[in-house]
Amino acid sequence: MKIHEYQAKTILREHGVPVPAGSSAASAAQARQAAETIGGERWVVKAQIHAGGRGKGGGIRRAASLAEVEQYAGQLLGSRLVTPQTGPQGQEVRQVLVEEGCDIAQELYCSLFIDRAAGQPALMLSPAGGMDIETVAADHPEKIFRTHVDVLLGLADFQVRGLVANLPVNAAVQRALAPLLQQLYGVFRAKDCSLLEVNPLILTPDDRPVVLDAKMQFDDNALFRHADVAALRDPAEEDPLEVEAAAYDLTYIKLSGNVGCIVNGAGLAMATMDVIKLGGGSPANFLDVGGAANADRVENAFRILMADPHVRAVLINVFGGILRCDVFAEGVLHAVSKVAVEVPVIVRIAGTNAEEGRRLFAESGLNFLVADDMADAAAKVSQVIHSPLPNPSLKGRGFMAQDEA
Amino acid sequence: MSILVDENTRLLVQGMGREGRFHAEQAVDYGTRYVGGVNPGRGGGAALGRPLFNTVAGAVADTGADTSIIFVPAPFAADAICEAIDAGIGLVVCITDGIPVLDMVTVRRYMAGKDATLIGPNCPGVISPGKAKVGIMPGHIHQPGRVGVISRSGTLTYEAVAQLTARGIGQSTCVGIGGDPIGGLNFVQCLSLFEADADTDVIVLIGEIGGSAEEEAAAYIAEHVSRPVVGFIAGQSAPAGRRMGHAGAIIDGARGTAASKIAAMEENGLTVVRSPAGIGAAVADVLDGNT
Repeated sequence: MKIHEYQAKTILREHGVPVPAGSSAASAAQARQAAETIGGERWVVKAQIHAGGRGKGGGIRRAASLAEVEQYAGQLLGSRLVTPQTGPQGQEVRQVLVEEGCDIAQELYCSLFIDRAAGQPALMLSPAGGMDIETVAADHPEKIFRTHVDVLLGLADFQVRGLVANLPVNAAVQRALAPLLQQLYGVFRAKDCSLLEVNPLILTPDDRPVVLDAKMQFDDNALFRHADVAALRDPAEEDPLEVEAAAYDLTYIKLSGNVGCIVNGAGLAMATMDVIKLGGGSPANFLDVGGAANADRVENAFRILMADPHVRAVLINVFGGILRCDVFAEGVLHAVSKVAVEVPVIVRIAGTNAEEGRRLFAESGLNFLVADDMADAAAKVSQVIHSPLPNPSLKGRGFMAQDEA
Repeated sequence: MSILVDENTRLLVQGMGREGRFHAEQAVDYGTRYVGGVNPGRGGGAALGRPLFNTVAGAVADTGADTSIIFVPAPFAADAICEAIDAGIGLVVCITDGIPVLDMVTVRRYMAGKDATLIGPNCPGVISPGKAKVGIMPGHIHQPGRVGVISRSGTLTYEAVAQLTARGIGQSTCVGIGGDPIGGLNFVQCLSLFEADADTDVIVLIGEIGGSAEEEAAAYIAEHVSRPVVGFIAGQSAPAGRRMGHAGAIIDGARGTAASKIAAMEENGLTVVRSPAGIGAAVADVLDGNT
């Protein structure tokens, strides 16, 4: 789960990490008020969206007066900010962060993440702050320093001493950085972060390290023990269909294609997307109904798929292990009796009681296109997508009905 | 032969809830030697005709259990894994999904230097067809034979196995290592077990996007595996930056893409199948010496 920069900085501030004075605002007037409360003569107005690259999109503005704070906040709020990470449609700005302006002597980079290959958290530090770290890693790998953290030991003093000694900073700064890095690891561990990135971590002219930007992501699996973090979720930053799906315990990810799919199991769901693509179609979504693919879940799955206007066909691919295919088929028939499904539906079921399930589909009086196996399902999807003729929708008049008429 | 589990396996079930009981029953029906269950605070009674214990240590002392399967809910599952290892269980299969990543990091750290194997979490488990089923996979789709299967997913593994069985191709052992970013047994370790198994002739490796385990497996195969390996990568059509159901299945920048994994597999001599519908046919081709 992602959160906004202002939320991340609030968490860091609570843990004693030095961040600039600032607060969030949802209107230009609030932004001006925030700047007044902060005081000083210079402020920064930062658009709060989950995507990165905000500076490049014009989402970070420096203001030299309260009038400018109000003006920039007014311009950003309600606008759609396009950054290299948002896609061309951009993301609507609903809040800004107003902060005191900071003098910057040097910009560093710091991040904590889980290194899958090592099976441990890793701390990464670089003197090349304020830049895209992937670019630094590619062009100047010698400027990146990292260490792994033994979770039973924590981030030890000797590790941070060794790491900061690589930076082109004086001894006083090295001494100041060490506890800051340990505080950051403390937050990472305590809050079950999957990523905590500070870019840049600045040094002020009087050698104080300050977290100028902060990105935090959390392990979804650990949210059960962090109600405070879970409460920071901003549904406005997520796809509304995905939010709805999550409420129904469905794992749904909206994609840009035209073939909707309903599958049990994540691996099989990905493989199903792959066969759709290989058949010349394009998957409209990833959807895993999970092991308990009961009638309610299937009904909700259809509802979500049908809310996507791009869906021209639906492929159901279920491998019944513990789930019985006949029970699943009954669930599908019940679901389509309640949801308007006006596109062709290709069904492929296999495993436990698959024969019985196929019979239920065949005898339903609806135009299910029942496939024998995954290859056949792919062929049927391809045929439906590429057919120049109107396809038989599940309940509408199709080839069969026309032939009979 | 087979790997990890066989007719000598003595199975303990940790977490005898509704799910644990159901799958224990299925395992018993399949012929697995189930010796008891563990439910902290509920020990003393019986479950499926075998004793129920409060602790794994107590269960091991009484039953000689050497393998455990875990159905304990996610918040408590990491503790259950550590308890099993502490009690001397040699093979721990964790079915539970949704375990926090940092809990698994701690488990991995705790396991360092200990003589135990963890499979999972978030996995379907292990089956040696005709011998033992330590998992939640449907037993009836399997058939004893000489193809080893390793996979990060559940139902996709069933799909591959069903394709093999439909062609009369049996399996020595099928291992679902799980879809989480941090888990126990990895592809390389599992490959080395199959390589040492005299009764495995061909290996099927089913990977998915995310991480670099498939690339490492491919490099290992080129150096250390004499058996032919058929590979498939799920998620060829997945976009970057989105987690595809499994916590581990995410393309992060340029890393973890299906293209890089497929390229690594082909460079290292694997037979790569592009369509998940073609896994059974590809194995049949390899067995017939057509590739």
